[in-house]
Amino acid sequence: MKITLQHIDKSFGKVHANDDINLIIPSGTIQGILGENGAGKSTLMKILTGYYQADSGDILLDDVKVKIASPEDAVMRGIGMLHQDPLDFPPMKVIDNFLLGTKGGLFPKRKDVEKEIVRLSTEFDFQINPDTFVETMTVGERQQLEILRLLWLGVKVLILDEPTTGISANQKEKLFATLVKLAGQGLTVIFVSHKLEEVELLCNRVAVFRQGRLVGEMEPPYSTDQFVYMMFGKSVETGEKTSFCKDDSYIKLNGIGIEDYRLHLKNINLEIKCGEVIGLAGMEGSGQRLFLRMLAGLMRPVSGKILFDEVDFTGKNYLAFQKAGVAYLPASRLEEGLIPGMTLTEHFILSEEHHELFVDQKTAVDLTEERIRAFYIKGTPVSQIEQLSGGNQQRALLALLRNRLRLILMEHPTRGLDIESAIWIWSKMKERCKDCASIVFTSSDLDEILQYSDRILVFFGGLVSPPLDAKSTSVDELGQLIGGKGW
Amino acid sequence: MTSQTPLVKTPASVRKIGFLDFGIRLSAVILAFVFTSLILLLVKADPLEAYKSIIVGAFGSTIKFTSVVASWVPLVIATSGLLFTFTAGLWNIGMEGQIVFGSIFAVGAFRLLDETGMDPTLVIILVFIAGALGGILWALLPGLMKIYGGVNEIFGGLGLNFVAKTVAIWLIFGPWKRPGVASGSGTEWIDVKFRLANLPGTNLSLTILIIALIIAVLTAIMLKGTHFGLKLKAIGKNDKAAYLLGIPTTRYFLLAFGMCGLFAGIAGAILVTSKQYSLIPDAGFGYGFLGLLVAMLVNYHPIWSSVVAIFFAALSIGNTQLQYMGLNTYFAGVLQGILVLFVVLVDGLRKRLVRRR
Amino acid sequence: MDIAILTTLAGVVEYAVPVLFASIGENITEKAGLTNLSVNGTIILASMGGFVVALNTNSILLGFIVGALIGAAIAAIVAFSSITLKQSQVAIGFILALLCRDLGYFLGAPYTNKPGIFLSKVPIPGLSEIPIVVPIFFIHSLVVYASYIFIIVAFIFMYKTRPGLMLQGIGERPTAAFARGANVKALRYFYTILGGALVGLAGPMYSLAVKIGWAGQLSGLDGVGWIALAITIFGGWNPLKVAFGAYLFGGLQQLGITLQSSTNIPIQILQAAPFPLMIFTLLLVNVGRAEWVERELAAMPEKPRKVLSKILRALRTSPPASLGIPFENE
Repeated sequence: MKITLQHIDKSFGKVHANDDINLIIPSGTIQGILGENGAGKSTLMKILTGYYQADSGDILLDDVKVKIASPEDAVMRGIGMLHQDPLDFPPMKVIDNFLLGTKGGLFPKRKDVEKEIVRLSTEFDFQINPDTFVETMTVGERQQLEILRLLWLGVKVLILDEPTTGISANQKEKLFATLVKLAGQGLTVIFVSHKLEEVELLCNRVAVFRQGRLVGEMEPPYSTDQFVYMMFGKSVETGEKTSFCKDDSYIKLNGIGIEDYRLHLKNINLEIKCGEVIGLAGMEGSGQRLFLRMLAGLMRPVSGKILFDEVDFTGKNYLAFQKAGVAYLPASRLEEGLIPGMTLTEHFILSEEHHELFVDQKTAVDLTEERIRAFYIKGTPVSQIEQLSGGNQQRALLALLRNRLRLILMEHPTRGLDIESAIWIWSKMKERCKDCASIVFTSSDLDEILQYSDRILVFFGGLVSPPLDAKSTSVDELGQLIGGKGW
Repeated sequence: MTSQTPLVKTPASVRKIGFLDFGIRLSAVILAFVFTSLILLLVKADPLEAYKSIIVGAFGSTIKFTSVVASWVPLVIATSGLLFTFTAGLWNIGMEGQIVFGSIFAVGAFRLLDETGMDPTLVIILVFIAGALGGILWALLPGLMKIYGGVNEIFGGLGLNFVAKTVAIWLIFGPWKRPGVASGSGTEWIDVKFRLANLPGTNLSLTILIIALIIAVLTAIMLKGTHFGLKLKAIGKNDKAAYLLGIPTTRYFLLAFGMCGLFAGIAGAILVTSKQYSLIPDAGFGYGFLGLLVAMLVNYHPIWSSVVAIFFAALSIGNTQLQYMGLNTYFAGVLQGILVLFVVLVDGLRKRLVRRR
Repeated sequence: MDIAILTTLAGVVEYAVPVLFASIGENITEKAGLTNLSVNGTIILASMGGFVVALNTNSILLGFIVGALIGAAIAAIVAFSSITLKQSQVAIGFILALLCRDLGYFLGAPYTNKPGIFLSKVPIPGLSEIPIVVPIFFIHSLVVYASYIFIIVAFIFMYKTRPGLMLQGIGERPTAAFARGANVKALRYFYTILGGALVGLAGPMYSLAVKIGWAGQLSGLDGVGWIALAITIFGGWNPLKVAFGAYLFGGLQQLGITLQSSTNIPIQILQAAPFPLMIFTLLLVNVGRAEWVERELAAMPEKPRKVLSKILRALRTSPPASLGIPFENE
């Protein structure tokens, strides 16, 4: 089925997620969609699959203008999507996952469907058994199941969103073989990814997105440099870089391994120096958050040791890390870092260590007002934290940091902030570096990473690069590593 | 970006919202009374007669009024304890069982110390301590099950309520059986010298009134004025963020359960030493559940909860007067339940309208 | 076989029936993702209501219908408060549990101990020959026979039919169900009210069949609803296992009555048995979620860690995953 997108536009408040997108995808193509986090890829896919409605613009399927009103509508029109976390039903069997939501009589014809599952499974060389419980299957197998189901429902367009995270090399090969076969049968495949090598290997054509726009299309032969340039742009020469990094190391990581049900980071070795800033680059979900949480003591590494001043802190919990001078600023400010329903003053009271019994309101309010001034927070001591804007919440988070810290961990510290706020926040952080605090932060903005880091670690699919010197690397090199090349 | 940037919210507008809240709650109360009146009409009773009857039944004489206060005492203690768990974001449905265990431990202490010839005042003090321990024990159980077993404290508490009741019944029919009498109505009554004396001509012991007042005031101070209370509030609203701010959430959850259990145990001891003088099958008298209702009605506000508790106690005592109208004494429970129901529903409607805007 | 034993076993079957309807009704509600804590109160109110209506209209059928309607109405309040107003399900359910109980006692006072109409025992024609089995299972009032059919229907519906699969879907993973075209909120309303109606049916089953009459607070109905909630959990949200739990409870009830005549041990001890069972089940099901367990797992070597993780995850999935969590479409 041929897909035509004309002048698709979608905004969420101030964020212009899709800016005048025009794209034609012919039948039987494997179309690659490349772009960083926030480039607009997932918004576009959500529009195509009926989760969102575009603000303006048209979608044509086989040259016929259509309105895709809901996810169910999309499937009925032949568009199916394989989500990163497949939308299946883990406690139920494969056969039930197939049958759930289908139209028909009261009693589904199980035997017939079982036969279909087996037939499709063999055709694509999957090993899917109708009686298996989905929760016992691996991520790769659940993907295979979802593909089979969508094919069984008769989709003519298959969209895959970052499908190769968390599956084995074997399963990846099988997946690619399947996609090629399907395209050969006339299906349209849309392959959304950040992994350059896979896109270059698999796709017939590639569209690159950046900051809401479709910045370019390419056909083979592909040029990785071109891709990186289109995805990340050329970095603007930013001003003087200051560094307060000293030579002595305070934090040592030896052979650290971190695991969750999808990723397994292995053998990380790092010495974090006093006053150093380390930036963690990579697509979201590549392991940076796990790494930060391990550094905070919120997650326990499955192997290796972490030492503060030669003292073994492996296995200790967050409160012990906090006493040792570690602070953690999460990305979702209201959900994880702040307490909706409490005022600024109450937050400041909680952030200090108090040994007396009663709360001294006067002192607390004075302290709060002082911090409000020092951090330019638009709020009063009695403002509830959820009434503050995102930027002011971030300032509040910073203002809550204790005085003598050794390690500050920040997740996306300037996300959603204007340039001025971002610059100001970093100047405050650098002041801390002067006092020998080290900073480790994640960001999707490569410019920010290059501007403020002393060293950079790139995360890709569970792999962690050795530390790169920020002075001697470039957007280009980082872009390649983020895309999976050059490892 | 200077320090002269305009402020977002002024204290005055914050105050305004307080009045609106009160007004909405009041309208819920009025609706509740209208609905309850309809129910009274259903049983062919005159609503105004009924309400008047209750007021007479509660405040019509000194002995009635002091009975209301005597009923208020365990209720306000139970509610105060629950305020700790509610502040911490917990549903301590197991309160009833905690009071029962307070009574069990209290009676147990009596049976141990009965024959020792110790000074009665000392015995009573020890009995109260025992009751407190019983309550704390039975409150820590759902707490530990929640933290280390991931068991929701609602179902844990519910289950333990039944277990507590079962233990009480077993004791009444078994080891603590009244000699000679095959009675299921309770254990042997404690000796007169161990009972808390009532003020002359009343059903109210001054001791328990003082205890209740101390607990109510203590609760208000602890929850609103101390760091402990603030930390409980923090973990109740967002325990993940509270942990990141440095609050040891496990310890504070258990402390909340512990405080509640402490008060539950004291309530249980009070019921034994001033009301029932023994262990009976329905040892909790429903105060655990009623306390939950009171706390929900006042949105967990310490001072208002003490006030509303008087109202609820008055209802419970006053509605015995309804028997003369041919009505059933479960009316109090109906009115209490409808009040809380409407407050919750109206509150939900208000929030929804706010969201819509 | 001794008549006494047969009667006892028949009693087990009989006692289990109302609890069975209530538990499976709650099972359906929770399968859809909501918790209806008002069961205890609903049963009492419906029992009173059904009895009164049957008495006044001389129609047992009407009594049952009213019982079901009462259950449905209470459940509708719970559904409205939880789905539309997004208030705490625990709060509303708990309040209604207390309120409906007191309301039942209050409104039912004039009818206490009045002789009423009831369903009599009816043997199934043609089966009266088989010894043992027939007296235990097949000489009962209609409601008992209805319960046999009900268990089978409930199980088949939930696991073998299309709408049943969707019921599982909205409770397990509403976002995925939504992607497949389900109107999650509407379906949750439907199943909550349906479950509530079944719970309501349990009421008149007591007052018109199993435990005939209305005796106010001495009817012994207080606590049955909480037990039904416990059985739902103990039965792992599967109608067959829930039914087994109900029969187990009936057995304990009957055992209590039998023992009471010979010893002094009161019924209540055995009646409370479902709760330790429920707690044990909950512990088993939830222990994998606790943070200390995650940290301990991380400290283990790879092989045992992988095995234990799988086991814990398999145990964990018993409750419908979205139980108690309000649903938002994006």
